[in-house]
Amino acid sequence: MFFRVAFLVLRKDFAIEIKSREILYTTLLFAVSCVLVFAFALVKEGEAPPDAAPAILWIAIMFAGTLALGRTFERERYGETLRALLLAPAPRPALYVGKLLGIVLLLGVAELVLVPLVAFFFLAPFFAKPLLMTLLLAAGTIGFAAVGTLFAAMLMRVRTRDVLLPILLYPITVPVIIGGVRGTAALLASPADEAMATMWLAILAAFDVVFITLSLWTFEVLMTE
Amino acid sequence: MIKRLATFVWTIVLVTPLFALQPPPGQTEFRPMTEVPPSEQLPAAPLVITAYAFFLVAVLFYVWTIWRRLNKVEADIRALERTAKRTAP
Amino acid sequence: MMRKLFPVLLAINAVLFVAALIFINRVPPESSMGLVQKIFYFHVPSWIAMYLGIAICGVGSIWYLATGRPQADRAAVAGGELAVLFGLVGLVTGPLWARKAWGVWWQWDARLTTALLLWLTFVAYLTVRKYGGPGSEKLAAAVGLFGTAVAPFVYFSVNIWRTVHPLTTVMPELPNSAPEMVPPMLASIFSFLVLFVVLLMARLELGRRQADVDELYLAYEDRTA
Repeated sequence: MFFRVAFLVLRKDFAIEIKSREILYTTLLFAVSCVLVFAFALVKEGEAPPDAAPAILWIAIMFAGTLALGRTFERERYGETLRALLLAPAPRPALYVGKLLGIVLLLGVAELVLVPLVAFFFLAPFFAKPLLMTLLLAAGTIGFAAVGTLFAAMLMRVRTRDVLLPILLYPITVPVIIGGVRGTAALLASPADEAMATMWLAILAAFDVVFITLSLWTFEVLMTE
Repeated sequence: MIKRLATFVWTIVLVTPLFALQPPPGQTEFRPMTEVPPSEQLPAAPLVITAYAFFLVAVLFYVWTIWRRLNKVEADIRALERTAKRTAP
Repeated sequence: MMRKLFPVLLAINAVLFVAALIFINRVPPESSMGLVQKIFYFHVPSWIAMYLGIAICGVGSIWYLATGRPQADRAAVAGGELAVLFGLVGLVTGPLWARKAWGVWWQWDARLTTALLLWLTFVAYLTVRKYGGPGSEKLAAAVGLFGTAVAPFVYFSVNIWRTVHPLTTVMPELPNSAPEMVPPMLASIFSFLVLFVVLLMARLELGRRQADVDELYLAYEDRTA
């Protein structure tokens, strides 16, 4: 029942998004322009500073993710669909999981474009260790989305939601950015430091577990008046 | 008005240390201040005084905000009681 | 009654501080750091007070999310305000000490970074309460809860992040307390704790009075409606 509801929520969002692909394209373009801004800011004499590539990748993911979160829930608010969902006899945490999966998928598609792009512009061998890289990206994205989905949902009824979401989200997701950037940088080192990357992956996974659990516990309370 | 002034003062206070001088290149081990040549030593007194003064200002500011809010609440209660008495059946 | 007690308690507290200052003055300046080490006696208790405030806010937030009791919310906001106040004192006195003692204004080590992030999280807590509109107490409670939960992750990540790459300037171990440093430190900590409790009681009283006004207002509205 729980996962059926989550899957139905995911399917609903997917069906809406696939028609216009509005959030997907705009998020992608925003992420690309983010990378370009960083390129122009950091590249000196044709070369980026060392270790810039992982940082730029993860910052672009976080900024694009913040926007995507805001826009997804704006759509819910505009259509008043979340109220309908809350009225449905569905377990509330399942709604959270459904929205979370949607955001993770959206960011995943964005990363499919971003990672090659950053690798291309900054000459970073992101694909040297593809499995670990994918796992790191997945763990980081899930962690960011877990906290982000909860905060974006609870801020839906607040007037200053656009500016409050980054203010609340970034301090809490600092472990994601530290783990993501340092793990990716470890993979980019000349002999790739797999042990280090695996350790950061473990930390990110622990973060994911803890914060998804916390979000599941508090989602119901936060969505009621 | 006061709130705006206070916010402005706080912003200046918070941002000033960020615009400080760039740190000198790192030393590799701990050297007690007495070994450092006098030209590199900073006068300590202004730092100490600033630190203690800031603490005092911050605490007094907070006490003042509580005092102000308490006064406002009491005024609200009195106003409500007056209106209640006036319109009492 | 509390109103009349408040100035008396503050006066007692001021006397305690003066006594602590006399203690601090009589201790000879610590040999390796000179006069500036005296900042230490106010800097450490400030952090203790901040973490105490964070603990109260975290526990209050969990209690409020679980039960919805207004007392929990009042305790949480009082803890949050005190955490921000004493954290600010710590964040300003720290660099003033560090500039003289170690030559740099700031160090990205685990303790400092965690403290800064926690402080920012609780500033966000107060921001949500102020600008979040009606019903923002629950949202803020979520921020308080998540902020407290993320603290160990941040500490752990930053610790690893910093030990892999050696520090460019060395932060020496805090000097082992010479016996003569203990009395002024204890006096200072005691004064700070008393100040914390007095301010906490005052803030809780303010919260109670505000709740009284709201109740009176509602009762009045009910009567005249």
